[in-house]
Amino acid sequence: MPTKIEKDTLSGQNTTGHEWDGVRELNTPLPTWWIYTFYATVVFAIVYCALYPSWPWLNGHAKGMLGYWSRAELTQELDAQAKARAGFVDRIRTTSLADIAKEPELFSFAMAGGRSAFQTNCMQCHGAGGAGSHGFPNLVDDDWIWGGSLEQIHATIEHGIRNADDKSRQSMMPRFGVDGMLTGAQIAAVTDYVLSLSGKAQATPEGTQIFQEQCAACHGPDGKGNQELGAPSLADGIWLYGGNRDAIYRSIFYARNGSMPPWAGRLDEATIKMLTIYVHALGGGR
Amino acid sequence: MGIDTKVRDDEAVSLAAQKAELPLYVTRIKVYPRAIAGQWRRIKWAVLVLLLGLYYLVPWLRWDRGPNAPSQAILIDLDGRRGWFFDVVIWPQEVYFVTGLLILASLGLFFASSLFGRVWCGFTCPQTVWTDLFMLVERWIEGDRNERMRSDRQPMSAAKAARKGLKHAAWLVIAAATGGAWVFYYVDAPTTLIKIFRGEASLEVYTFVGLFTATTYVLAGWAREQVCTYMCPWPRFQAAMLDEQSLIVTYQKWRGEPRGKHKAGDSWDNRGDCVDCRLCVAVCPTGIDIRDGQQIECIGCGLCIDACTQTMDKVDRPRGLIRWDTLANQHAKETSAVKGTGRVAWRPLRPRTLLYAGLLCLVSAIMLAAFLLRSDAELTVQRDRSPNFVRLSNGDIRNSYTLKILNKRREEAHFRVSLEGLPSAVLAFVGADTDGAAESPSLVVHPDAVGTFRVLVTVPAKGAPMGSKPITFQVHEASQARRASHDAVFVGPGR
Repeated sequence: MPTKIEKDTLSGQNTTGHEWDGVRELNTPLPTWWIYTFYATVVFAIVYCALYPSWPWLNGHAKGMLGYWSRAELTQELDAQAKARAGFVDRIRTTSLADIAKEPELFSFAMAGGRSAFQTNCMQCHGAGGAGSHGFPNLVDDDWIWGGSLEQIHATIEHGIRNADDKSRQSMMPRFGVDGMLTGAQIAAVTDYVLSLSGKAQATPEGTQIFQEQCAACHGPDGKGNQELGAPSLADGIWLYGGNRDAIYRSIFYARNGSMPPWAGRLDEATIKMLTIYVHALGGGR
Repeated sequence: MGIDTKVRDDEAVSLAAQKAELPLYVTRIKVYPRAIAGQWRRIKWAVLVLLLGLYYLVPWLRWDRGPNAPSQAILIDLDGRRGWFFDVVIWPQEVYFVTGLLILASLGLFFASSLFGRVWCGFTCPQTVWTDLFMLVERWIEGDRNERMRSDRQPMSAAKAARKGLKHAAWLVIAAATGGAWVFYYVDAPTTLIKIFRGEASLEVYTFVGLFTATTYVLAGWAREQVCTYMCPWPRFQAAMLDEQSLIVTYQKWRGEPRGKHKAGDSWDNRGDCVDCRLCVAVCPTGIDIRDGQQIECIGCGLCIDACTQTMDKVDRPRGLIRWDTLANQHAKETSAVKGTGRVAWRPLRPRTLLYAGLLCLVSAIMLAAFLLRSDAELTVQRDRSPNFVRLSNGDIRNSYTLKILNKRREEAHFRVSLEGLPSAVLAFVGADTDGAAESPSLVVHPDAVGTFRVLVTVPAKGAPMGSKPITFQVHEASQARRASHDAVFVGPGR
């Protein structure tokens, strides 16, 4: 029941005039500073909505009077960054790979740029540390399929492997089993011969003969490979598709023709050079 | 201002007494501290001048360190990641020296508190010092206690508004100077001062000047004793450092009571020495009545001692009715057969003070040893873990590491690297800033910088460890015999 609004003696506040079973409620208004802060936030919100992008429409959104766009800000920052880097980037572009490696300042710039380009473009297949994985070569060891010199690495990155690029590295291993060039028994014999190159099995005369006839042209009579043709060495302990009997058998039966995209059109010249320096310095460069 | 004991009763009533009349829900009752002259006031002024002088002027001390180094004697250069203290340069890695200084400061605080009570609160705390300064300005502009009280009771007038405005303007100027001086410890003072006025300083500088201006103005101008009573945690646990042997401000109840007005010529028999002039209450910056005994609000500033000394001199009674004393001594005097004859000597050497002094010496010794033994060449080693190890085509096992060599000297240094724990290992450096032979190149580290080098450690298949093996990298400088080492592991296949 509404009662009279009166002043409470203890607190000095007015009551609300409401009473429930003798319990009266004090009218304690919100603090003035709170009210004004609240009004200020309302005004701020209105001004903000007018100035900045805010309301979504069905197709697009309110652009705001200032025309602010976070992407434009980002582009500006990226441009400023590119401008700050321009001096180094130009020097990278005009300096030969061998000379970049000799200049400490340029080298560390190339390493940093190469690392970031590697983490963006290469690590998906070759791993964050360049250790590779099944079917994707390890770039940290000293075994190179297409060559580990600065120029060779540069050419591989620029044009890729077994793709549509004119200058792409090209070669093809025959599908000995699928295409019926060798029988299963013959493939097994060659597998034994390949294993024997790293001392893991005993070669048979048949296997030796087939290897020399079918494989030696590319992989070399001693099985040490040929980087011109991208034929990996079969005599070391490094296997791209696995080094056990089963994996080698399947490599011969189905053939392996891994590919890599060309980067010339996607990355600029300086970035490819920096990537080359970085990959070369991962530990395996020659 | 002269001797004036005619403070009106209704004006000089302690906050506790005023609040006792009111319900629990009350807003702040403003304290109007009165000016007082005396020995402790003089000491407080001297401490204030010394501390504020140090605070405002130290950033302006210059120190020639040659080219490419700041010429500010004390500078905490956050951008350059160096702390400059005269000829000492602290790197971020050595921030434990700052931690040590903070530990020393807190132990010093414990020690001083156990000896002299709330000497920190009453004399040296920034809140006390700046509040004193703000009160001084307030007194110059608005007059002393009674004038200020009268003025505040009157309605607003042009003259009153002018006085108030002038006071707040003066406070803001002091506050801004305080905020500015804070910033000068982190940036070069002379150039930044000019930049601040030209509007060219960084946003950080303006933010921190603004922040410390605001806190100084609000805490010293408006909050004052509320900071000590309600906000500050230190007085709460300071109680743990005090005991009955700590020197504190005491009212000698046995001598003062029964208190009462005294007319010149009246007898002093059968009454206490306290003439109830309430001067001690009027001068108190926290608005308490020291005659009520120990109180949480008392900051131990000693101004009531000055007030009481003045009154005792005027009525020609012995000084020291309010004085520094220990609770133990007070109790002895109170309970002795002839009151005031009992005595408990002040014992500065107590287990508590000895413990604090011992800790203080111990930490100082550790700090000093750490400082004297601090190396100006350091090595850290980080092993590449992706991949964990590399098997080379001939079966050799290789691990790669990133070496960071800190050269804290201001000249270029050449380090050679050696490895312990793997006799068959071969080291190769990748594109390093090196000179000398490829097998054992000397690594060049620029002055006052960190050199980063990548090193490949290769072990023949037969010598490769199963699992991980602890190894130690060492760098040494041929010319100056500086050495540093860092432990690492070499990981091989297997396990």
